[in-house]
Amino acid sequence: MELNSKIPDGPIAEKWTNYKFDRKLVNPANRRKYDIIVVGTGLAGGAAAATLGEQGYNVKAFTFHDSPRRAHSIAAQGGINAAKNYKGDGDSVYRLFYDTVKGGDFRSREANVYRLAEESVRIIDQMTAQGVPFAREYGGLLDNRSFGGAQVSRTFYARGQTGQQLLLGVYSQLARQIGLGNVELHNRTELIDVVVVDGKAAGIVVRDLLTGEVTSHSAHAVVLATGGYSNAFFLSTNAMACNASAAWRAHRRGAAFANPCYTQIHPTCIPQSDDFQSKLTLMSESLRNDGRIWCPKSPDETRSPELIPEEDRDYYLERRYPSFGNLAPRDIASRAAKVVVDEGKGVGPLKNGVYLDFADAIARLGEDTIRERYGNLFEMYERITDESPYKVPMRIYPAVHYTMGGLWVDYELMTTVPGLYAAGEANFSDHGANRLGASALMQGLADGYFVLPNTISNYLAPQLGTTPVPTDHPEFQAAEQAARDRFAGYLAIGGTRSPDSFHQELGKIMWDHCGMERTKESLQEALRLIPILHEQFKTDLRVTGTGESTNQTLEKAGRIDDFFELAQVMCLDALTREESCGGHFRAEHQTDEGEAERDDDHFAHVAAWEWTGDPGAPNRHTEPLEFDNVHLAVRSYK
Amino acid sequence: MATTTVARGKAAAGSTKAKRKAPFPVEFYRSALGKKYVMAITGIMLMGFVFAHMVGNLKMYLGAEDFNHYGEFLRELIVPILPRTVALWLLRLGLIGAFGLHIHSAYSLTRMNHAARTVKYQSKRDYIAANFASRTMRWTGVIFGLFLIWHLFDLSWTGTGATYVRGEAYQNVDHSLSRFPVAGLYIVANLALGIHLFHGAWSLFQSMGWNNPRFNAMRRNFAAGFAAIIVIGNVSFPIAVLAGIVGN
Amino acid sequence: MNELNLTLKIWRQAGPDAPGSFDTIAAPGINDEMSFLEMLDVVNERLINEGKEAVVFDHDCREGICGTCSLMINGQAHGPQKGTATCQLHMRKFHDGQEIVIEPWRATAFPIVKDLMVDRSAFDRIVESGGYITAETGGASDANLTPIPKPVADAAMDAAACIGCGACVAACPNSAANLFTAAKVGHLNLLPQGQAERFSRVEAMVDTMEEFFGSCTNHGECQEACPKEISIDFIALMNKDYLKSKFKNRKTLSRG
Repeated sequence: MELNSKIPDGPIAEKWTNYKFDRKLVNPANRRKYDIIVVGTGLAGGAAAATLGEQGYNVKAFTFHDSPRRAHSIAAQGGINAAKNYKGDGDSVYRLFYDTVKGGDFRSREANVYRLAEESVRIIDQMTAQGVPFAREYGGLLDNRSFGGAQVSRTFYARGQTGQQLLLGVYSQLARQIGLGNVELHNRTELIDVVVVDGKAAGIVVRDLLTGEVTSHSAHAVVLATGGYSNAFFLSTNAMACNASAAWRAHRRGAAFANPCYTQIHPTCIPQSDDFQSKLTLMSESLRNDGRIWCPKSPDETRSPELIPEEDRDYYLERRYPSFGNLAPRDIASRAAKVVVDEGKGVGPLKNGVYLDFADAIARLGEDTIRERYGNLFEMYERITDESPYKVPMRIYPAVHYTMGGLWVDYELMTTVPGLYAAGEANFSDHGANRLGASALMQGLADGYFVLPNTISNYLAPQLGTTPVPTDHPEFQAAEQAARDRFAGYLAIGGTRSPDSFHQELGKIMWDHCGMERTKESLQEALRLIPILHEQFKTDLRVTGTGESTNQTLEKAGRIDDFFELAQVMCLDALTREESCGGHFRAEHQTDEGEAERDDDHFAHVAAWEWTGDPGAPNRHTEPLEFDNVHLAVRSYK
Repeated sequence: MATTTVARGKAAAGSTKAKRKAPFPVEFYRSALGKKYVMAITGIMLMGFVFAHMVGNLKMYLGAEDFNHYGEFLRELIVPILPRTVALWLLRLGLIGAFGLHIHSAYSLTRMNHAARTVKYQSKRDYIAANFASRTMRWTGVIFGLFLIWHLFDLSWTGTGATYVRGEAYQNVDHSLSRFPVAGLYIVANLALGIHLFHGAWSLFQSMGWNNPRFNAMRRNFAAGFAAIIVIGNVSFPIAVLAGIVGN
Repeated sequence: MNELNLTLKIWRQAGPDAPGSFDTIAAPGINDEMSFLEMLDVVNERLINEGKEAVVFDHDCREGICGTCSLMINGQAHGPQKGTATCQLHMRKFHDGQEIVIEPWRATAFPIVKDLMVDRSAFDRIVESGGYITAETGGASDANLTPIPKPVADAAMDAAACIGCGACVAACPNSAANLFTAAKVGHLNLLPQGQAERFSRVEAMVDTMEEFFGSCTNHGECQEACPKEISIDFIALMNKDYLKSKFKNRKTLSRG
């Protein structure tokens, strides 16, 4: 397998401009002769489908939701970064580029990140024009807040619902194209397989979630914008239905999967309250601006928090990182919480959290100020836990939140399968080993609105005059039959355990062995346990109901089946990456002070895995990363 | 009208409905929002009438001569610009038109609403904001409408008792309302009207888009006050007759 | 933490045209820290263990923002807690021994797909007819070119908070979608960017809405059910714009 990143020549600031000039174009009158499939209708997929529709291509958009507006982009709270420098505090495209590369612990591709920073500026213009009600100052101009990992104010926001507002903006543009007939929407339709004919992406096989019917769709190009794979951990902040099946099926058809071990753990989520918990809820990172994080000094502490005197409290972040204190970056704050909970100093009924205390801030600023800043978050917390953060400290614990890894793509966002593209969280390209806050929305929109619609013509132009492979081609027929057999197979096992029970167990293995801290032994143990559980899944699964009408149990079974295989390559990737970087922390590779230790000599590369047919033994390929503009340095937040 | 959607998100170019050609007021009336405007505007006209009718009837308390004179005054309205009774008939035509439109829009909206939920909830609903008045509009409307027809027979057209004498308004009111069942009917009908007004006089502001958060709280007070004034005024007549305050 | 022993009456319906009925399911030992949907997850796990088919219900983000979850719980859309979607409703709002009746949204425009799942595509049809600002990718001017007064941006945001769950329709005695449509119209019509299409937008969206839904009789039930507490003031705003769309003469002035 050859990994050609196709990075354009020239100085970094001119690469994207040069590329846009050099690429092949499709004449507006010819665009209607092309069919493009877009899977997923979140920020990246929705924006790509709408833009390609506007440009005149025939677009078929697929979502497994009832409406494009449900995609999980909607749940992002904090904001979206853009190098607008409206505050005049020294921001620039270059600074955003630099911060993102550094924040990613020097494991991302410089050219991609620079392009992302360049396009960030246009995103804000575009979204404002579409009617996204970004927060404003009294003078009517756009407001900014600051976010972790940056020393400038560059985050645009719409209350605590930035993701929702951006997605609704994208959805409105997509809806317009659907209304005009340029985009054909297939809702409640899930991708089951990707079909490759003569080495090129030819189309997809989908399953109608209402009737179970399996059909094929072919096109000149296929775009996957199907999100990340955090739900491999079962408990994550992702939505219940988020899954990796589309990316994984593409991987099985030849698309390399890059850096699967890079998972981001968000430090401030509400801890699990019982074994039945279905998902974790994130509390915005902004809370750490005013809250102080602590745990009791003694593991045997039984007093309620307000009765614990100062001398028996351990403000461990302030103690270990005096200069950044409670605002230490996500990966560092998360690991520190794990350390104290593992020492038995956790708080709450299950001793699985730490306190985020606002008592000092309330005493200093008054309850009204705190209410103004965090009122809606406090309400949400109280709704879930029945405790008022104005009176008792919040309990928080880290949770899996975002996956930086994904399908390997080149500069054009094309995977290793020609004609198959990946956008948004589904690809790996821009965040390296760790994503900065408020950058996910930026990347999804940049990919969907500005990158993909520019790069896809380079692939399409030479194909003028060709028609998509007909769906009665043997490859399609075989894929359809395999899909039908697969789902009939789940129903036929007739075992004793529900899909959820397997998913929970898999999640626990992943969290315990491939979570915030990984060791060689833990990863090897995971790699031993997962195939055993997968084997059990294949023989002891119980799916009730039928395959001919809506059956959510059956849908889950298919997704979990894929998670088993993906989990193995996540562990393998973590095992072979003998260094600590960003969201990947190997206990063997830390400094004396417990900080992550990168190994730039051996691991300054992207690891891309190739499917071999055996989920336990994929081939590892590498794409070296070159840093011509940013100097490799050790991240320090002391 | 209520349409069941297709179970699939099929694309439809532009509006799914063919462009209708009609004079713009007709086109406006064809929409439910337009009908609500008509409902509100005719409602305001009918409220004006109900109020004037109640105030005029207060003359009852001044005795037979004043009351009968009031009837005559209505017939003499803006004479000599218009011949006798013409102005009154114009007012009556306006009222009839308002009634007709009010009823027609209510009827077609009700049909639309029924079609919008052909299968009802199978368990008991627990309403929070919808009150007795808002949910019984069509019944209080029908009750009052039927009463109105009876009322016209009773005191304008034929009379409903042997003592009816055309033109002797005061005496007719006295004789009719002296009958307990009739007095009861007037009271019940006016209570229905009051309930109808309690919601209608609030609702019209919303339908007409007259909304300003600064004054919104007053809309409810206005509706309650208006309904109370009408009910108290109108119900006082049968009570006064029965109590012997009004009558010979 | 308390244990609740509940009796659930859940609507089961095999498909859009199949007859449906309430199924009584005992749900003992429910932890009151659970969310309502986690309670249903537990019930479904038990059903699967008994070899029965799980109850189908729509849900996804479980953070109250995606608008996928629905459910009429004891006669109230999204259950008894104000301003809360079903996924954020917790079992501590119920008491031991309680009977909980769970029904799908009911409206002709929201046909039942299966059990508690309904099809809300009619909302998408409304948005497709005009719920957008025509701003094709690439041509936008600088975002700060047009200042927007903060109160206007805030009001637009209040309307834009709509999650499209359909509770307004479900709660409305007339199955009217005026609050949903008004929220969409209000969001865009308040903003300077939305002015060019202001009247064509409201006209198209209201006309499409009326093809599917009932009419508003100002009960105010929708704003009580709305998980985002969107005000019916936006309905008044929409009514005003709709009247203008019909009577404004600029439409007749142009010969295009």
